[in-house]
Amino acid sequence: MLTVENLDSGYGSIPVLTGLSLSVSQGEFVGILGHNGMGKTTLLKTLIGILPATAGKITFAGNVITSAPAHRRARAGMGYVPQGRGILPGLTVRDNLLFAAAAVGARRSGQLEEALDDFPRLKAYLDRPGGALSGGEQQLLALARTLIQKPSIVLLDEPTEGIQPSIIDEIVDQMKGLRQRRGLTILLVEQNVDFIRALSDRVLLIHKGTITNEFSVDALTDTTAMGDFSSVEH
Amino acid sequence: MIATTLYLIVYSISLLMLVSLGLAIIFGMMKVINLAHGEFMMLGAYTCVLCVNAGAPLWLSFAAAALAVGLFGIVVERLIIRFLYGRIVDTLLATWGLSLFLVGLVTTVFGPQAWSISARFGNVSFGGMNFSAYTFVLIAISIGMVVVTWLIARFTTVGLIVRGTMQDATVASGLGVNRNLVYMGTFGYGAALAGLAGAVLVPITGASPSLGLFFVAKAFINVIIGGHLPLIGTIAASSLFGTIDGFVSYVWSSVVGEVSVLIVAVILLRLLPLGITGRLRSGL
Repeated sequence: MLTVENLDSGYGSIPVLTGLSLSVSQGEFVGILGHNGMGKTTLLKTLIGILPATAGKITFAGNVITSAPAHRRARAGMGYVPQGRGILPGLTVRDNLLFAAAAVGARRSGQLEEALDDFPRLKAYLDRPGGALSGGEQQLLALARTLIQKPSIVLLDEPTEGIQPSIIDEIVDQMKGLRQRRGLTILLVEQNVDFIRALSDRVLLIHKGTITNEFSVDALTDTTAMGDFSSVEH
Repeated sequence: MIATTLYLIVYSISLLMLVSLGLAIIFGMMKVINLAHGEFMMLGAYTCVLCVNAGAPLWLSFAAAALAVGLFGIVVERLIIRFLYGRIVDTLLATWGLSLFLVGLVTTVFGPQAWSISARFGNVSFGGMNFSAYTFVLIAISIGMVVVTWLIARFTTVGLIVRGTMQDATVASGLGVNRNLVYMGTFGYGAALAGLAGAVLVPITGASPSLGLFFVAKAFINVIIGGHLPLIGTIAASSLFGTIDGFVSYVWSSVVGEVSVLIVAVILLRLLPLGITGRLRSGL
């Protein structure tokens, strides 16, 4: 459903991604593991269209979207949970959710309740500003906000960064449940090996802006993963 | 005496809200320092005069002024402002240039003198004093502008999209918002409010090339002291300065009134550098 071929991207004249290729099929959970500065966030930003691709080709749901603006990609079914969660701090939790639904032109009755059923913890905070939530609660809100748009793929950027373990477990359970109920597809970038192993079907290793290796999740034991993971650094 | 003071205060507040709400949206929300805001008002005033002279009723001329200046604002946003988001000094230069250009153009076309319209409104008297009936129209329109803007922002999908996008346009575009369209529309709405304000002032001041110059400083002071929330900020700052101006104008003179407004503004800016609403995290 998502195919990336020889993608180049970066900030201004500084290249970050060089010749990156990958593909994600319908219903798959794919994890991308890599250290800081290897291009994880840049990859997701380029996929959603916040950063322009300088070369290569991105195909999503049968359409070439390499030069489509971000909002078109979002409306075509790409959900994006940015690093740092991207909660709109001055909007209430309710408005954050309704904003997302309205942004893809899908505002209708009942969807808020649906989103809250998936993330019941948010019910207590509906009228609080998004900026007043803790990091973990914001991450749940960011997930709920993306899922209310009914995306066909979700791009997740380091959802465990700075979040207490109890909420990480909650996120894992939620995502597994949603996978069964909705047939979600996920492309996840992370440095947290436990989290990526708990969710992914296969794991790609990103190093210096390109995919250097692929594991099945069974092969990703702590030692091999950490071994490979740290060895590429040197 | 109380009636007169009260009247002066309410009138001052309304006048401030009228001239600064459009700027509060463009500057307070969008962070675009539009030095041509006064000239947007001036264009609204001339549109109104032209429409009235062509035989249109006054209310229709007001609507035409809002529409014309709103469209003009959209053109300005597309041609100039959109290249300058986040570049404050460049925006200052560009909008100042636009302001000078518009003053020059209008002076060339219509001449330096004020154009007025021959509308008669009569007087209203209460408390033993006579008041021009039109000031009550101005007060009503000013309040109406604030209420309508609040209704749009609070209860419509468009309002929600604009509020969210102004907080983080990148996040909004990743969620499916066409940020260019939202910025264009919001700038156009702010410009339309400026155009309406200029038109509403016509029965009082007429239309002249220097109309904007006279009001733009007041509008900027009001918006800076109001802070980043356009509605609460505008209402709060207008109420404060309008009360001071109205009261002091009654007791001493309107010149002393304006001086005292400036003094209070300077002191407030020292105490609340982000404005009255600077510390409020959410709101309208």
